[in-house]
Formats: sequence, C-alpha cells, structure tokens
Amino acid sequence: MAGQILSQNLLPGEDILDIDPHPETTGRQARPLRFITCGSVDDGKSTLIGRLLWDTKAVKEDQAATLRRDSTGKQNELGLPDFALLLDGLQAEREQGITIDVAYRYFSTDRRSFIVADTPGHVQYTRNMATGASTADLAVLLVDARAGILEQTRRHATIAALMGIRQFVLAVNKIDLADYDEARFRSISRDFREIALSLGVRQVTAIPVSALKGENIVTRGDEVMAWYDGPTLVETLEKATQRTGQTTGFRLPVQRVSRPGEGFRGYQGTVAGGSIKPGDSVVVLPSGVEANVKAIVTYDLVRNAAVAGDAITLVLDRPVDVARGDMIAAIDQRPQTGRAFNARLVALSSDGVVPGKRYWLKAGSRRQRVMVRPTSALDLTSGNWDDASFLPVNGIGVVELDFEDTAIFDAYETNRETGAFILIDPESLNTVAGGMIDGKRSKSGRFDALPDADRATVTLPARLLEAFLKTDFARAHAGEIRVTGPEEAEAD
Amino acid sequence: MNVIEHGRGKPPLDPHLKALENEAIHIFREVAAEFERPVMLYSIGKDSSVLLHLALKAFHPGKLPFPLVHIDTGWKFPEMIAFRDQVVARHGLDLIAHTNPEGLRDNVTPFSHGSARYTDIMKTQALKQALDMGRYDAAFGGARRDEEASRAKERIYSFRTPDHAWDPRNQRPELWSIYNGMIHPGESVRAFPLSNWTEVDIWRYIQAERIELVPLYFAERRKVVERDGMLILAEDKRLELLPDEQVREEMVRFRTLGCFPLTGAVRSQATTLDEVIAELEIATVSERQGRAIDRDQSGSMEKKKREGYF
Repeated sequence: MAGQILSQNLLPGEDILDIDPHPETTGRQARPLRFITCGSVDDGKSTLIGRLLWDTKAVKEDQAATLRRDSTGKQNELGLPDFALLLDGLQAEREQGITIDVAYRYFSTDRRSFIVADTPGHVQYTRNMATGASTADLAVLLVDARAGILEQTRRHATIAALMGIRQFVLAVNKIDLADYDEARFRSISRDFREIALSLGVRQVTAIPVSALKGENIVTRGDEVMAWYDGPTLVETLEKATQRTGQTTGFRLPVQRVSRPGEGFRGYQGTVAGGSIKPGDSVVVLPSGVEANVKAIVTYDLVRNAAVAGDAITLVLDRPVDVARGDMIAAIDQRPQTGRAFNARLVALSSDGVVPGKRYWLKAGSRRQRVMVRPTSALDLTSGNWDDASFLPVNGIGVVELDFEDTAIFDAYETNRETGAFILIDPESLNTVAGGMIDGKRSKSGRFDALPDADRATVTLPARLLEAFLKTDFARAHAGEIRVTGPEEAEAD
Repeated sequence: MNVIEHGRGKPPLDPHLKALENEAIHIFREVAAEFERPVMLYSIGKDSSVLLHLALKAFHPGKLPFPLVHIDTGWKFPEMIAFRDQVVARHGLDLIAHTNPEGLRDNVTPFSHGSARYTDIMKTQALKQALDMGRYDAAFGGARRDEEASRAKERIYSFRTPDHAWDPRNQRPELWSIYNGMIHPGESVRAFPLSNWTEVDIWRYIQAERIELVPLYFAERRKVVERDGMLILAEDKRLELLPDEQVREEMVRFRTLGCFPLTGAVRSQATTLDEVIAELEIATVSERQGRAIDRDQSGSMEKKKREGYF
C-alpha cells in the first residue's frame, strides 16, 4: 500500500522499487545489509534500535541483566529495559545521558544479517552521520507521527543523499500516540516523498510504527492498523537492495606488491569496480603502461574471474613497474586522471577545512599531498549552496582540489570506492574531512573540462543564472555545462 | 614458483562470510603496507584462530610479513599451549611468547591478587611490555564489536597514545574503507579485522574453512568446581579448593578461552562443530558471560581499554 502511494508521482516508465523483485536473500545468500538510523532522541531512535535487537533476539540474558542492574528501575510501561542503556556503550555517555559517537550494532533474521550504524541525532550529527552513512546501503529516517517532518528530517535526508544513499525508509514512529491515524501517516509520507525526490532518491518506503509497542518493526501491527498492508521494517530491510551500482570498469587499487620468491610478482588489493578474468587487458595508472592479466591468485584457488569486493592477488603477463598506490584499471574504461578535481567535502574536525592549506589525501591505497580551496558551503536549512572560502566543523562544501602529482578518481556518483577520499591534517595527523569526487577540473578554468561538442549550452537571465550556478546539479556537472548570460548569448 | 591452492574441493563461502573475509583481508594488507613494525596478537582462542587463517589468506602465496605475540600469563589451559606450538610449527610462524617478568617474580596469581589486579599486571602490563619491546607500531587483534558495549564504538584502526591508552572521546572518524594509518613516533594503532563479525559468523567460518581449534571448545567430561556461579576447570594442582567446594565430572565446554581460573565452562553436550553451532543459535546468554573480568562492574571493559587492554 505504502509503496503504491509513493509511486504515484513518478514519470511514466519509471519504476520505483520499494522492494527488490528478485531478492536473493534466502538463507545467508547476501552480504550483510548496512544501514544508518537518523532521528533525534525525541523521535524514539534508541527505542527503535533496541526493539530491533530485542525482537530479533540479539540481546542475550546476561546483557539484559546488566541493563536491569544499570537502569535502576527505569523501565518503560511494557516492562522492557531502558533500551538506550543497551546502546550507549561508553561510560561517559551513560553519565551524561547522551550518545556521543557512532556505534555499530549487529542483528540477524533467518534471511539476512544487518549492521546498523547508530549515530547521535543532535550535536555533531553531520560529522557522525557522514561517518555512518559512508558505508550504508540504506537510511532509516525516523519521525514522530505527532510532529511530522521537521527541519531536522530534511537535514538528515540531505546528508544521507549526499553520502550516496539511494534507499530511504521513513519510519513514522509513535503512530499509537497519533491514534493510528491513516490520513496522518499518508500526509507525512507524501511530504517526505517530495523531499526524497528533490534529493534524487526514488526508492522510498514509508511504514507506520510504534517502536515502543513493537508494531510493524519485527511483528505486524494488523490489529491496530488494519489499513496498512505494506511491509514491516524488518521485511523492508530483508528485501533491500545493496549497492553494487558500480558502473565503472575494472578497478584495482594496489595495496601491496607480493614478491615471495623467484618468479612470482603479484599485486594485492580489493577489486573496487567491475570484474576481471585472465587474458583481459589492463592499464597501470598513473604510468599508463599496458599489460594483460595472467592469473588471479587467492589462497583457495587460482581463479578464472574476480568481481567487485573480492580481495585478490593479480599477476600480469609482463614485468611492469607497479607500486602501492597505483591503480590497475580496465584498458577501455579508465578512471579520470589529473591534477585538479572538484569534490564535495564534509568537515569532521574542530579546525574545519582551511583554504590554501596542504593536506594529505588518502583515496583507496593512494596517499598524496593536496591543496584544498572551498568555494561554497551547503546551508542545510535552505538547501542552497552559498559562497564560502572556509568550512567549519560539520560544514558541507564544494571544494577545488589541486595535486602536486597525478590523482586517479572516478566520480563518487559512479563508484563509491574510487570516488571517495579522506583528508588528513599534516600536523595532528587526524582525519579532518571526508570527500566525494564530482569530477576532473581543468586548471585553466572550470568550464573547459570538455570540448564544446560534449557540452550543453544553457542560457539564463542573470538572476536565474546566479541561482542555477549555486545548485548542486550545476556544481556537480560544471565541466559538462556551458553557461551563458543573455548578453553573451547575443554576442554569439 | 608454484602457487599452492588450499581450497581445492572445498565449497565456496556464502556471500555473507565472503564479504566478511574480503573486508578482513583488505585490513590486513592495508596495515601491513602502511606500518613499519606490525605484529599480530595471538591468544590461541577461536577468534585468534580465525584471525590467523585470514592473515595466511591475505598474504598468500607469501609468508606473514609480521610476527605473532602471545601474552602468556602462566595460567592458560595447558591444551592451549600445546595447540599453539602445533600451529606455529605447521605454518612456520614467528611467535614471541611474553610473560610479565615482574608479575612472575612477585608471584602474581588470580587467587592472590584478585581478578582485576591480576589481569592488569599479567595481561595489560604484559601486553604493553611486549609491544614496547618490539617497538611495534600496529597490533592486530581479534576483537569484535558485538562482544561488549564499549567495543561497539571501537574503530577498525583504534588509535593509541604512546602509553597505549584509548580515548573513546577522541577517536578518529572512519569513513568508507579508507583507513588513516598516519601516526607520530611512539603512537600506535590496534587493528581489528574482525570488527564486523559476530560470534555466529566466527563459528560458521570455522566450519566452512575447516579451521582447527583447541579441543576445549567441544564438550567432554571434565573435572569442574562451581565458584561464584562459574564452572571452573579443576585439573590444575594450583587451584586450591575452598572448604565447601567439591570437584565433580560434568559434560562441559568453553565458549571463550582465557586463564583457566577466570574462565567459566558451560554445561553442554555439543561435541562437534555442528552441535556447537546449533547450541549457539538458541543460546540466550552472550559468550562473555563466562568472563569474570567483564563482571566487576558495568563499564569494566571500557576502563581496561582506556588503560591499554585490548
């Protein structure tokens, strides 16, 4: 039901997949699904996760006993322990009653296993959410049925989408306190769908739940919500798709060179895109030297193929110079190489990201010096990208990256493995930012990245042009769009 | 050079275990490449056995590019030491066994000093000594996030100060599978390739990969005594019985292995891997329930970790 409602506003021919029609999820025939939960304390996030762990029997008796001992009589009306205590693992958190960091929880059903990144909903949430979302396949966004969509919901959705999550579950919680009102649920779902679509997320499932009472989390709430015939939260998670969406060719960031004995030289790494088999032609970057694959070695077998995610040792058919930090890639589908790129960045450290400072950048196994220049920052309230030259902690911005030597990337949109990077402060050596590559930038000017023939020309009045250039889309596709004002258009 | 294939005739791993294996191998390779003096902590238990197996896979067809360290308190189950020596010989490993010499001199035992002080001197301090002596800048450990509440927030690269201390409020953010291996001289990381594994995953992997374990993990009739609600193995002469304690024989096995006076057995009929897994899937208590050191107080593990414990 929920799925149908959410599908109504799609363009003809567009198919919204609330549920994977071909779930390969029976038994353990799937990787663990990684998801993130977003919401504030008031939305009942701890209760929701606690309920998931409790109802899937991930909480053992002795842990429950520790809970009861710690909770000093703080139990809810159903006689269940205070779930927040189960989740807030660190002493400092229990003392202050706040969640201060990302925690990972594990539970499984008969069909699938799950890793939840549990992040705080208030202070430093951008930084922690970005961390949790970076590895997540899906985001569960929590709202209070009485309050509906809040400013915060929009912010959380924006960050999740920015980090590349393309599946949202909206858990409309405390539906019991809203009299199980169907109209209320539908109106919240509709509001949320609009937000999701504006962020480019089409896979949305909305579910009315009561985490406290355990309705539509693991078990159905039919008795009280006969009008809802969609999936429970756990059913939705069991059937969710995983990010295999790597549309690039073969990528192997070389982690180390293995030379155990005379005559063997293998390049060890994890396949970060595409697939490979013996005989395939590859290019070593940045050198550009070409070779063919001779063998794919693993401890178990010398294999006849490897796919994204596989940790392998690759042997080439000729002696070539390959070092850690190099990338071995498909000869006909190469990543972008160059010294200037555009990226989006989340600032994680209290020092922020400072223009003109030299940082270490690590992407895959490659670490190099980079100069970072922020050009704009996202205002999470308005959704606008405003001009900015500095990014404070928790700031999200568009930056220009300038390298001293060749960098190798794919756009994050096409490959999450080869399009992501971290920045490391050269003095403190702390991780100060997480970044996502938009694309290569030409040094001579931001609009010269592609030949004219490959660019679309957009003509806009000056005031619209200015607004357009601040949009996410325009920033991401700067190299592909030729933008002109009316005067210039006339001059042509 | 001929490349040996260890997996001939073995069915492939299911995608779930394969994903966990791939992640662990990636972490092993990354640490080995980025740090100057890595070491692996080997505790002989099931998690260490899985860790070692994954390390062998990660560096195949080469040998392990780092030594193993075993912190021997002198109170381990004798079967553990025998098993350790077999494993070392079979794989040609470089193993360093270390016991805290001061603890040995002062005759620090779980009985004379209590579990908390004993653990600090013979395990935490001993570990720091071994790491300092080897000037290791990275140490692999088999800890899992599902084991204990404070571990749920542990990073895969867990940053430690020159005093080996863990500051949970000042951890480096960890995004994607990009790990920050940059440290100042004297600092180190503990690296946890099994972070995302659960206890059931460990057992399923042991089964699928046919990994050998210390026989204590399987039920057998063993001499035990009940103390503080735990079944303690009563086969070592150093265990002094209290006035009203009685040794009896029971079918028991161990879910985790540590120092025998601090590790409780569980009553069990599971003599094979299949039976252990079947038992585990309906288990209602966590594996650390048998560990005395976790029970001193809630937050006890976090305290030990801050002080440099694994």
